[in-house]
Amino acid sequence: MAKYYSKLMESVASKEFTISGEIDPPKGSNRKVIEHQTELLKPHCVAANVTDNPLGIVIMNTLAPCVIMQEMGLEAIYQATCRDRNRIALQSDVLGAAALGMKNILALSGDHTVMGDHPQAKPVFDLDSVQLTAAIRGLVNGHDMAGKELDVAPQMHIGVALSPGLEPIEPEIIKFEKKIEAGAEFAQTQCVYDTKVLERILDLTSHLDIPILPGIAPLKSVGMAKFMAKNVPGVTIPDEMLKELVESKDIKETTINITAQLIADIKDLGFPGVHIMPVGMDAEVGEMIKRSGVR
Amino acid sequence: MIIVETKKIEELAESLAGKKKVLIVGCNGCVGIHQQGGERQAEELAELFKLDKVLKNVDTTVTSILRQCDKSIVKDALTDLAAEADAILSMACGAGVQVVAESFDIPALPAHNTSFIGVQERESETFYERCVACGNCILHLTGGICPVTRCPKSHMNGPCGGLYNGKCETDKNRDCAWILIYNRLKALGELDRLKTIMEPKDFSKKTHPRSQEA
Repeated sequence: MAKYYSKLMESVASKEFTISGEIDPPKGSNRKVIEHQTELLKPHCVAANVTDNPLGIVIMNTLAPCVIMQEMGLEAIYQATCRDRNRIALQSDVLGAAALGMKNILALSGDHTVMGDHPQAKPVFDLDSVQLTAAIRGLVNGHDMAGKELDVAPQMHIGVALSPGLEPIEPEIIKFEKKIEAGAEFAQTQCVYDTKVLERILDLTSHLDIPILPGIAPLKSVGMAKFMAKNVPGVTIPDEMLKELVESKDIKETTINITAQLIADIKDLGFPGVHIMPVGMDAEVGEMIKRSGVR
Repeated sequence: MIIVETKKIEELAESLAGKKKVLIVGCNGCVGIHQQGGERQAEELAELFKLDKVLKNVDTTVTSILRQCDKSIVKDALTDLAAEADAILSMACGAGVQVVAESFDIPALPAHNTSFIGVQERESETFYERCVACGNCILHLTGGICPVTRCPKSHMNGPCGGLYNGKCETDKNRDCAWILIYNRLKALGELDRLKTIMEPKDFSKKTHPRSQEA
């Protein structure tokens, strides 16, 4: 039996339906924001991601919330992007994160600097996500990118992203295969709302031995649904889902039900778990899971 | 070709403040071929000076030389004219301006911002960046399309999640370099090239300033 360092990977290996969540660090130094989200997610998620300045918008860093969460008993999935750090900083951060008890890391490219609130910033992109995955694998195996031996190697599981809705999908699948070759052990996906997209990605990755947790974010309004479909790469919202939102008399109820149905569909299709990005609906995550009937 | 864009007239007026006699020098090298900084553009800039409330008082002399990045050409062509001027306004790229600057005792100032190494596509009026001179060319692996230059993240192993309808997250009019590469490799029957992990680039080859034996 393979040895797992993290509850996340243990859960996946146990064939339990695995639910990961996501924490959004605040724009500021208020640790209570992290504590509050942690309290809400802890009863329902085996672990939760902490984002790394998504869109290049300056917020609290990734590591501090990870430490706060783990002190409170919720396992962290440390997100690392290539946008702001070169290979020296990235490797150094991984070593430090491991020393602080991090057991999962998600290796990402990161949104470009021009997307955020500091578009003047110098984008780094010394590595891409495949190369970062390989670099972390090297560290876990006991050496840095220069081949120098580490005194104590970090014990971490490496996750990567997959965008199931991209067109054309073939280059994304080829890149995903390279991430696995480089050492990825689990995957979380961009938001998916369409079961056809989920079915396609299952089919396209059936030859790959890696747990994939489809990502979902509750559609909180018609506006959000339309915005996501228009602006987020690879996201399509089925017409029936949009209609349900448009005709809703109690939008929160509808949102919870739609999300619960998605979670149920994801389980029924045979995925090993789901990654829920609550986008402010942290308090309703428990209800969404309950109504999905996956537990 | 080296692509440049002319500085705003206000910025030129600021950099030339206090100068009475200015030698405007076009460069007939890269920037001249693309009609951005050649003889005619130097003459046009001098005409623009006459319309500016500050620069109209400057006494301009206009000339143009074969290449400003060649010190012997610069010295031969400009020594006499430079002796009569307070400053030189160079229409060359940043390299040319520096050769002019180190050739004479008076200030040499840039008329342009040097943008990139690029091309002009026949059907358009736009210049496109095509090479960042990374020092380690991989075009033989990527269907002749450079991801280091044409992917804003310089990704080496395929498109990122920001791909949208074949375009880039940074600009909806910008083609995703990796989709261009994918399509090209597919057409060439070389799609297998995409399946090999490309190692991180060696940026030590790009440490500024570089030099190379002639």
